[in-house]
Amino acid sequence: MRERDFESQHAPLWHRFEQQVAGGDARKAVLDEQFPQLYRQLCHHLAMARQRDYSEALVNRLNRLVMAGHHQLYRREQRLGLEMVARALAQFVITLRHARVYLICAVLLFLLPALVVGSATYFDHSVAYSLMSPAQVADIESMYDPDNRRIGPERDAETDLVMFGYYIKHNIGIAFRAFAGGIFLGIGSVWVLLFNGVFLGAVAGYLTQAGFSETFYPFVIGHGAFELTAIVISGAAGMMVGYALINPGRFRRVEALRLAAAKAVRLMYGAMFMLLVAAFLEAFWSSSTQLPVVLKLSVGAGFWLLVLWFCFFSSIGQRRESY
Amino acid sequence: MSEFIDNQCCVETPEGIDFVQSAAGPVPRILAYLIDLGWRLLVYLVLSIATAFIGGLGTGFLLIVTFLLEWFYPVYFEVYRQGQTPGKRVMQLCVVNTDFTPITFAPSLIRNLLRWADFLPLFYLAGLLSMVLSDRFQRLGDLAAGTLVIYRDQALRQARMVDEPIQPLAPAVPLTRDERQGIALLMQRADQVSESRQVELANWLEPITGDRGEAGLRKLKRIGYWLLGAK
Repeated sequence: MRERDFESQHAPLWHRFEQQVAGGDARKAVLDEQFPQLYRQLCHHLAMARQRDYSEALVNRLNRLVMAGHHQLYRREQRLGLEMVARALAQFVITLRHARVYLICAVLLFLLPALVVGSATYFDHSVAYSLMSPAQVADIESMYDPDNRRIGPERDAETDLVMFGYYIKHNIGIAFRAFAGGIFLGIGSVWVLLFNGVFLGAVAGYLTQAGFSETFYPFVIGHGAFELTAIVISGAAGMMVGYALINPGRFRRVEALRLAAAKAVRLMYGAMFMLLVAAFLEAFWSSSTQLPVVLKLSVGAGFWLLVLWFCFFSSIGQRRESY
Repeated sequence: MSEFIDNQCCVETPEGIDFVQSAAGPVPRILAYLIDLGWRLLVYLVLSIATAFIGGLGTGFLLIVTFLLEWFYPVYFEVYRQGQTPGKRVMQLCVVNTDFTPITFAPSLIRNLLRWADFLPLFYLAGLLSMVLSDRFQRLGDLAAGTLVIYRDQALRQARMVDEPIQPLAPAVPLTRDERQGIALLMQRADQVSESRQVELANWLEPITGDRGEAGLRKLKRIGYWLLGAK
């Protein structure tokens, strides 16, 4: 069959299809129940047009229609609802429990330098100066000085909301970097974990030694439960991606990377959620000086228990099919 | 055409057909990025002017908006606007999964979180290197997410058949696939190519037409009409 005959014979079908997919705009598409049959027909026509060497314009037109149909047929539900959030959290918990090894590595990479540098700074506060500039040290010192009316980073004329914005931008950024750095064979994630561990250790050691523990620890304990856990989890997710590149197993490296990233991103769902909670707490709860220290410490401890229970002991996701 | 420089990528669908799209290289993608950057800067500018009057409250709001725009601006558009950010729409690009299905939330999140890694050490150098080295122009984020940036086919001009009174003519010798395609293409682009260039092209096909110059072109057109199915 020549091209013109082919075209005039099937043009009505193509036209009908074109109207249903509305030029590839998924939002305007109106499909009837015959759409799958139409689509299969069209695929058939495309294959024939190619095989019979019809003109490029015709093949191109059919290819474009098939693409639009393909996008309609293989579209997934994207609406963001409560159901989706619950599902994402369940996926997070399940993946987390499978990623135990990465998690342990991430915890060690974060905690060991924090403990070592922390005790070093505690016994010799000059260590802090070799890790931070004097201006930075002075800054941190003034932030947690018990004489301050309000603790935490400087907030003269600013409100809690500013700090909320700041924590969101800064702290969530750290966690995202810990994940993204994983693609460089995991080195980026390891670096972010080590760096933040060392920094936290230095600050904690220095402030404890300076006698500011009663302002520093009540401040960090509350949001730290969410924030530190989330940073460690992000680092674990990054290392998961990095390890897939180092040891791809029976897959090609690119394929192993893709599979690992698809898993690791589920860890990021939970991490993002926790970081959001952390930023909220850090801005509106941790910095308050009205509340007694005992209350803040015990609520903080409660948060830690809650986070650990949620991550490792809760039954969320158990009743669902495995992802 | 050499397959080394071809940017076409092909996927076999469950319907058993190969369907082809062309992957977009660094230049259109950089342009699309710059357009998106322009839009974002415009939003920052407008917001920072507007929030300057509210003080602290405004600053907090601004920080949150910058954070969201920096990390999630592409995610929103890719997931809810069929893989096209405003910049990609202008450049007629779109992000799809490697099997050409529409991109979903998880891959979009992966490719945009890894944007930071692509940016390293400066100005998307890592991403650019990865794009040039991978065979389908994928930056690191694309490799990890299993996504591709392709050209969204725009409607090619349908063949404008000049209904001149041309008598179709069956070619005297059997034509190869390339020859048939070449002749059909020439027919369709006849109104975009100058007459003298057409003659020049037709001269190459002297073994088929057996004529040179104007006469050769006329004969070639008759063969073209026959190939396209004119009676």
